[in-house]
Amino acid sequence: MSTVAPLIEVKNLQKFFGSSSKPVRAVDDVSFTIQPGETLGLVGESGSGKSTIGRALLRLIDSTSGTITYRGEDLGSASGSRMRTLRSKLQMIFQDPYASLNPKMRVRDILGEALQVHGLAKGKEATAQRIAELLQLVGLPPEHAARYPHEFSGGQRQRIGVARALSVQPEFIVADEPLSALDVSIQSQVVNLLCDLRDQLSLTMLFISHDLDVVEYLCDRVVVLYLGRVMEVAPTEALFSRPLHPYTQALLAASPKPDPLLKTTHIPLKGDIPSPMNPPSGCVFRTRCPYAIEACAQTRPEPRDMGGGRLKACIRDDIDTLTPP
Amino acid sequence: MNRLEVRNLSTFFDTDEGLIRSVADVSFNIRAGKTTAIVGESGSGKSVTSLTLMRLLPRTASTQVSGQALFVNRAGQTLDLLTLPEPQMRAIRGNEVAMIFQEPMTSLNPVFTIGEQIAESLRLHKGMDRAAAMAQALRMLELVEIPAAAQRVREYPHQLSGGMRQRVMIALAMACDPTLLIADEPTTALDVTIQAQILALMRRLQAETGMSILFITHNLGVVAHHADDVAVMYAGRIVEAAPVNDLFARPQHPYTQGLLACLPGQQRKRAQTVDGKRRLYAIRGQVSSPLAPPPGCAFEPRCDKAIAACREAMPALRVDQAGGSARCILVPETA
Amino acid sequence: MQLPLILRKLFRRRIVLAAAITLVVVVLVSLFAGPLSGLDPNETAVSQRLSQPSTSHLLGTDELGRDLFARIAFGGRYSLTIALFTAVGSIVVGTLFGLIAGFFRRLDAPVMRVVDAMMSFPDILLAIALVGILGPSMLNVVLALVLVYTPRVARVVRASTLVVRELLFVEAARAVGVSTIRILWRHILPNLMSPILVQASFIFAYAILAEAALSFLGVGVPPEIPTWGTMVAGSQQYAHQALWIVLFPGLAIILTALSLQLLGDGIRDLLDPRLRKSM
Repeated sequence: MSTVAPLIEVKNLQKFFGSSSKPVRAVDDVSFTIQPGETLGLVGESGSGKSTIGRALLRLIDSTSGTITYRGEDLGSASGSRMRTLRSKLQMIFQDPYASLNPKMRVRDILGEALQVHGLAKGKEATAQRIAELLQLVGLPPEHAARYPHEFSGGQRQRIGVARALSVQPEFIVADEPLSALDVSIQSQVVNLLCDLRDQLSLTMLFISHDLDVVEYLCDRVVVLYLGRVMEVAPTEALFSRPLHPYTQALLAASPKPDPLLKTTHIPLKGDIPSPMNPPSGCVFRTRCPYAIEACAQTRPEPRDMGGGRLKACIRDDIDTLTPP
Repeated sequence: MNRLEVRNLSTFFDTDEGLIRSVADVSFNIRAGKTTAIVGESGSGKSVTSLTLMRLLPRTASTQVSGQALFVNRAGQTLDLLTLPEPQMRAIRGNEVAMIFQEPMTSLNPVFTIGEQIAESLRLHKGMDRAAAMAQALRMLELVEIPAAAQRVREYPHQLSGGMRQRVMIALAMACDPTLLIADEPTTALDVTIQAQILALMRRLQAETGMSILFITHNLGVVAHHADDVAVMYAGRIVEAAPVNDLFARPQHPYTQGLLACLPGQQRKRAQTVDGKRRLYAIRGQVSSPLAPPPGCAFEPRCDKAIAACREAMPALRVDQAGGSARCILVPETA
Repeated sequence: MQLPLILRKLFRRRIVLAAAITLVVVVLVSLFAGPLSGLDPNETAVSQRLSQPSTSHLLGTDELGRDLFARIAFGGRYSLTIALFTAVGSIVVGTLFGLIAGFFRRLDAPVMRVVDAMMSFPDILLAIALVGILGPSMLNVVLALVLVYTPRVARVVRASTLVVRELLFVEAARAVGVSTIRILWRHILPNLMSPILVQASFIFAYAILAEAALSFLGVGVPPEIPTWGTMVAGSQQYAHQALWIVLFPGLAIILTALSLQLLGDGIRDLLDPRLRKSM
């Protein structure tokens, strides 16, 4: 493991919604770190809590318990004004490019507002100059600054969202499913853009997605979530070539590869994702796990160190030796 | 035998801003017992195509439909779905030709139980009485592998998960034993593991009943494993059509080639690099507005292989050596 | 002449176009007809009292021989002014309360209970009571009507605020660090313009009718001020002799209020689907 201090450290994060007697356990004791300069992937299906974690990280929602530290500073106890200052360092790119831009504001106002809040451009000329730079940075013509969001396509709007996030000169960006609402041919444009900017500006990123192919391409390490809990953590190559957790295996097998000659013999997981209000006892995945045994219902498996920076939340170690179901 | 032959289908919408050619000159065949996939991104016209075939478009003066949709029904007669009188079309809809949609929550009526909704279709088309229809509805739910079906049959749509609701939609569609199932992005809104279940279910039902499926999607992975024939749509037209293995192995049209090259999985395969850095292939630009189409080929502004002649006229769909077709002047035509 | 796209869409229904034209005519006549035609609304000519519409008096004369057309045109200024200030006042106050109730969860219940209480009174009765307390004058009528219509606006604005508050771009603004006040002013409020505009046009219409009703009942503006309502009120005893002296002011009231409502309908239809498209 690296001896460099992590940029972001999440410890025992919990976020419950709703009534205290039967809450929705959206995030149920999640811990991970993000090293400076790395891109961490957060994957999971509905109910995994990945979006909630992204928002909690930026304190857009308050966590129920647990700590989130940025450069050693606890974000949960930061004051309002301190948080505002920190917001220039921690930014977000949102999922829906059609909803994340105020339809009544011109692009230059959207970007200008961000600059203004953090005092990053003094005077009209400097602001206009910076806006033009930002638009060029994301591959949009600076002349379009006077336009409204509805005059742009989905991919272009997403670029504007990226420009907004970058305008405040952040260190860390949470990308919350930034490609999901875009067409395939546009997704690769935005992926290239994110890669370029990440390298150019030395950004650290948390990439939240359900698209495993993109995660494999973009991320250095991956955290796999299920029903608000960590199932597996691993460097990307290791995770995709040799998944250790049964859920990861099922997830990878279920995504159809665009090659008709690759025959899948995988039998899909049975059953539905349980409700986060009523998670199964012990290991939450046991109701659908092909390798579940009695002990799985007893205690909740904590993520165990498997060496090589890999963590696995499963009591069994003999899965690889079994024939796949 | 072809279950459905679509010839020169066009759907135009006359709006305040101008004429929108949502679907233009689309022709394809669906073989009996096989799955044809229509692949396209937004603005390709794939959803409008299915709605046109089912005659589910709003009946306003500003909608212009032309072409033929020759459907072979159970009795072996050939009917043109586009010119059938409405009462006859209603007898076919939900009966011989069924449709499932992307959002099961909005396609199911929230105030009726699932059993009632399936039974309604059976009573309408098969003339069953209530008891028989409900019994058959229960059998349908079991067919689509809904656990505890006897209990579910009395439940309401909101009580089920997304995957369950989509199964109910399939049960509803299959209730009258259709020969053609039109599935418009049926798994797009579902989680990956649930999607795998639904796709496996559809495959099994097709094998058991011999029905044809028209599968509309933008997901090439799904197409690769669940389609027999593929038609790629761009800006309202079919730009390439081929059997699935041929399409993936030897895509002819630059758009299809670009689409396949864009996929992140492909990057590793082709090891694309620019200045030593890994780079995804990207189709530049975006699809043109339907109100301002390019003068010649619709894909020309984004095409890396475009030549001057591409701007002059829309290319015709040319049949190539392998029996597939492509709408590109660079694709050599077989005599 | 090719109208801009917005107007073309708005006037797609002929009746909305007719309503808009009517309103324009009413406003223009109110402002300019008097001075242009040289007719004096206050010039009495008792010898010509209660005369029928003729070439010299387009709409006839009232009980004091005053030209009815001139009076209606002149009175239009007062009626429209009162209605305008009522609309503006109730929009401003109602939006303020609606925003607060919709945006700040803890203030929602208290504010809305007050709104509910006010709305439990029938409009006219509340207005009569208020004018009765404050005394008859143009300003008091405006104040009373503003109080009557504010709750309506507050409700609508609160409902829309609840929706807009949850939209992604508001969260994005928070993520950037934008202050709450600025979010309300620049992000929430501009996106409430559609329902606010629709409400404004309806309140304008209601205010015309309400002022007329109040004045007719004698609890509106003082009878010396020539609004359409006071005209009908003042001349009603002669109505059986000369129907036109109440008919024409009445028609003015109806036409203006109806046109405003139809225009409001048209604006609402226009903005609704566009809102979906542009968002």
